[in-house]
Amino acid sequence: MATTDVADARPDQAPAPALRGPVARPGSRLLHRWVWLRLSLLLSAPLAWMLLVYVVALAALLVTSLWSVDSLSSEIDRTWTLDNFRTLLDNEVYRKVALRTVGVAAAVTVIDVAIALPIAFYMAKVASPRVRRMLVVAVLTPLWASYLVKVFAWRVVLSEGGLAEWSHLGSPGYGLTAVVIAQSYIWLPYVILPIFAALERVPDSLLEAAGDLGAPSRMVVRTVVLPLLVPGIVAGAIFSFSLTMGDYITVNIVGGASQMLGNLIFINAGAANNLPLAAAIAMIPIVVMLVLLTAIRRTGALENM
Amino acid sequence: MKSTLRRGRVAAACLTLLSVSVLSACGSSDSDKKTEAVEKLGKTEGQVSILAWPGYVEDGSNDPKVDWVSAFEKETGCQVTSKVYGTSDEALNLAKSGEYDVIAASGDLSLRLIASDEAQQINTDLVPNYKNVYDFLKDTEWNSVDGKNYGVPHGYGANLLMFNKKDFPEAPTSWGAVFEKDQLAKNKGKVTAYDSPIYIADAALYLMKTQPDLKITNPYALDADQLAAATALLKEQRKYVGEYWSDYLKEVQAFETGNSVVGTTWQVIKNSIENKDVDVTLPTEGATAWNDTWMLSSQAKNPNCAYKWMDYILSPEANAQATEYFGEAPNSPQACEKTTDPQHCATFHAGDEDYAKQLWFWRTPIKKCLDGRTDVECTDYAQWTQAWTEIKG
Repeated sequence: MATTDVADARPDQAPAPALRGPVARPGSRLLHRWVWLRLSLLLSAPLAWMLLVYVVALAALLVTSLWSVDSLSSEIDRTWTLDNFRTLLDNEVYRKVALRTVGVAAAVTVIDVAIALPIAFYMAKVASPRVRRMLVVAVLTPLWASYLVKVFAWRVVLSEGGLAEWSHLGSPGYGLTAVVIAQSYIWLPYVILPIFAALERVPDSLLEAAGDLGAPSRMVVRTVVLPLLVPGIVAGAIFSFSLTMGDYITVNIVGGASQMLGNLIFINAGAANNLPLAAAIAMIPIVVMLVLLTAIRRTGALENM
Repeated sequence: MKSTLRRGRVAAACLTLLSVSVLSACGSSDSDKKTEAVEKLGKTEGQVSILAWPGYVEDGSNDPKVDWVSAFEKETGCQVTSKVYGTSDEALNLAKSGEYDVIAASGDLSLRLIASDEAQQINTDLVPNYKNVYDFLKDTEWNSVDGKNYGVPHGYGANLLMFNKKDFPEAPTSWGAVFEKDQLAKNKGKVTAYDSPIYIADAALYLMKTQPDLKITNPYALDADQLAAATALLKEQRKYVGEYWSDYLKEVQAFETGNSVVGTTWQVIKNSIENKDVDVTLPTEGATAWNDTWMLSSQAKNPNCAYKWMDYILSPEANAQATEYFGEAPNSPQACEKTTDPQHCATFHAGDEDYAKQLWFWRTPIKKCLDGRTDVECTDYAQWTQAWTEIKG
């Protein structure tokens, strides 16, 4: 990046072919002279990839949601219509499911942040380097196991006569509570790691200075540590919130009879063969995430990330 | 494997093209579809490509002991490539690609294949083993249209009522155990049901027998009022449901632990449960069921090997292996003699026509009423899906 900046700043500076001698190839001479050509050649591959994977896919989703399906031949009817969005608005069930999904995602995020903060603080500031290494490994280890294995493990733990009941903690049974528990467990490493990384960057001297000036530890946490941690917390919260918003497997396995947005998308795409409606439903979490990210941006938390 | 990869890449390329609205490039043209039956067979092509449910085309790669494809390859010289699918809707999309010569289709897929000209009529004279098949499975409404036969039967099984004897000292005899409020109340939170819009047919079947004034004559042909009645029944049931299942291992575990004590099931699930208190029954109202058919694609590139496969999989040895592995009734008395478990056909009531008469095999609900009514428009599968979403809430 720095080299292009320099080149940009002095675009009129003539290249010095004399210094390079006659061995300089015409191609490299051309690239050396034309900064824009160099830049576009360098960036075209990743940009094309971004365009294809994100922009085109999102556009395709939006376009598909404006189509409909012919029920007999199950062919897609490509005349523009807002019927799918009207269905979403008219039917109470979609509102209910959307709210439920946001609620579960919010609960998972709050629980994860609450658990991750003390763990990350201990890892970054209290533990010896040896213990810290072990803790980092311990936090990362669950990521090596398959998602499905972990959810099925929770299914067994929460089942009747399972570990939760056997240990007299009591099991909430299969349902939304079970979903919140399982999801909090699964996404916890994604919340701990950014907070841990942010905490590591907080210099110990700041904490010591605050202590020397007579601030009690509560005050140190509130006025020094937390403000410096906000970007890490926001990053972790975005991870857990968005990952929970899109999940449909956990709720299928431990959610009992309840359903979330992901299930509605799945049943319309996989069973009913109604891709346009599935695309329309998929717009809901996208809109929710966009609103959320804009709100977070407004607070300025994204700038320090 | 390589061809699957390439197909994936082609599919991805098509998707990209689609997304930038170059829409006509990927669909294959209709002109090369052949829906009439062939008169006689030619030389085998050396290969055949099969689309089927998991467990129907086993070549020993999943379990070395489960292999009936190798014998076919040796016998006919047709190399088999196969792909499995998870839902009938997925299979419909795959079949339309024209990549597959033979398709194993349940009743909710077969008619859609025929309607979209994806299936070729079968000349059953060219399938010698067809003569063994139980007569009541031949020329049925899900494999024949206008007297033309489009498929040969594979096997069938019913959706049964499973219960835990601890909670049911007397075995239930009616689906009322999962639909009537007073019977549901004592098992609140421990009732289970199949997680698919097609389960609405189970409610419709119960209404058909208990509320004659609704005039339901076929659980897959519901007009708007009848669908509303079935939906209302299922919404009431929803209050007592602990969980819905579509993954059969999930139900096995729920009944093992006692999280579920009553609900709909398949025979193969009952066979996997070690809890001796769990039993199944076919209620007096009858039941919904599946009945699978081998169909020939109208775009088949290897029709001769495809016929060879259909004949092979209908042979007593292969059919016995395949249906026993999946856990369903074989299609012929000869196959019943070849099963490794001598009780297999008794367990699955193979060839019991009276038993089969109580079964309503899965069909796809469409706008044109399947029961022949013309004065009213029926509800289609998309509407059923919508209703199912509302039922689960």
